[in-house]
Amino acid sequence: MAGEEVILLSVYPSMFSMRVRIALAEKGVKYELKEEDLTNKSLLLLEMNPVHKKVPVLIHNGKPILESLIIVQYIDEVWHDKNPLEPSDPYERAQARFWADFIDKKVFDPARGIWATKGEEQEAAKKEFIEILKILEGELGEKPYFGGETFGLVDVALIPLYSWFYAFETCGNFKIESQCPKLVAWAKFCMQRESVSQSLSDPHSVYDTVLFLKKMFGIESITTQCSIFLL
Amino acid sequence: MDGEVILLDAYASMFGMRLRIALAEKGVKYEYREENLPKKSPFLFQMNPIHKKVPVLIHNGKPICESLIALQYIDEVWHDKNPLLPSDPYKRAQARLWADFVDQKVHTLGRKTWSAKGEEQEAAKKEFIEALKVLEGELGEKPYFGGEEFGYVDVALIPFYSWFHAYETCGNFKIGTQCPKFVAWTKRSMQRESVSKSLADPEKVYDFFLILKKHFGVE
Repeated sequence: MAGEEVILLSVYPSMFSMRVRIALAEKGVKYELKEEDLTNKSLLLLEMNPVHKKVPVLIHNGKPILESLIIVQYIDEVWHDKNPLEPSDPYERAQARFWADFIDKKVFDPARGIWATKGEEQEAAKKEFIEILKILEGELGEKPYFGGETFGLVDVALIPLYSWFYAFETCGNFKIESQCPKLVAWAKFCMQRESVSQSLSDPHSVYDTVLFLKKMFGIESITTQCSIFLL
Repeated sequence: MDGEVILLDAYASMFGMRLRIALAEKGVKYEYREENLPKKSPFLFQMNPIHKKVPVLIHNGKPICESLIALQYIDEVWHDKNPLLPSDPYKRAQARLWADFVDQKVHTLGRKTWSAKGEEQEAAKKEFIEALKVLEGELGEKPYFGGEEFGYVDVALIPFYSWFHAYETCGNFKIGTQCPKFVAWTKRSMQRESVSKSLADPEKVYDFFLILKKHFGVE
């Protein structure tokens, strides 16, 4: 599409930014990636996202779209010809949206608890995190993807979490694969897609970021600080 | 042609009201089933095993949970009449964002105006009004959030109006005087039959709210 200007305001290693990058890659959309350091928000970011002040922001022909799942749906609708991410059947589509929403509602708080807390609080977070992953394993069942035979919305919504597993396991001193083998198998299968392997942050870089955050904010105050970091 | 439509709901649920409005806007015949909250039925647990909440839309035996997801489903299945979401992808993304804002801010802060105490409650009241003012800014001079037509964001937001009396009484503050544009929009929306028939009576909401408060142990 000539004349299309697509810019992505992203932050490394936000899982929400990774979702959008995967979606754009699936559609083969050419875009300019502008990575932000969230500790020093740029003017452009504030201008485009005055209400929420968070990344990612997709700017399509000068118009901003916010919130990662809303952005992914937008991308799917605009570039609908290639690799559809949402099912065409309204009921299947509602189910996909339900599970993407479930991920947003349930995964991130315990995930943050694993690396941002310690002692009993951390143990509770680990337990809750595994329980949520097991529910997702149940939903996945024997399907290759959450989307069935094709990679879809729920796969896009969840796979960025995989790049954080090393950080979770190191901070929490546990192995996710031993408790959720099906989910890890699914993640490895997704990683065979170029859109995913090119978009996911390197797990060791993620871990370095976690260490940086812990040092910068001090582990006690980290949960309040993290709302601006959206992690 | 509509199939079998059941709405598992609770009278005072602002999320249930959204679906009542949407089904009315589309002229869909459905069976309304009231859940006796806070006691939940086995049927609800069967239909919504993950979140165990109302509302649940059940279409030809298949459940759709989470009000905004069900709202979009209703709009897509019964797309011929009174479309709620815009057809343009960018405008659709904006509508979804503002509906998400209603969930994140209006609901969360509204709840805090009665569940929090002292300084936390005062802060919640202030932030709640600020959120409404942000929505007033988004509304601008348009008759509805959807523009000329009553739309997705209007449906998402208007049910909270039935809870204002409960918030005001419990929080000891007045919402209308601080957000006149918002009040004008609510009055305009209430003129629609789909809205006036679907919104719970504020006094009955307040009675339910007192039961809820007791159940959660907030005095």
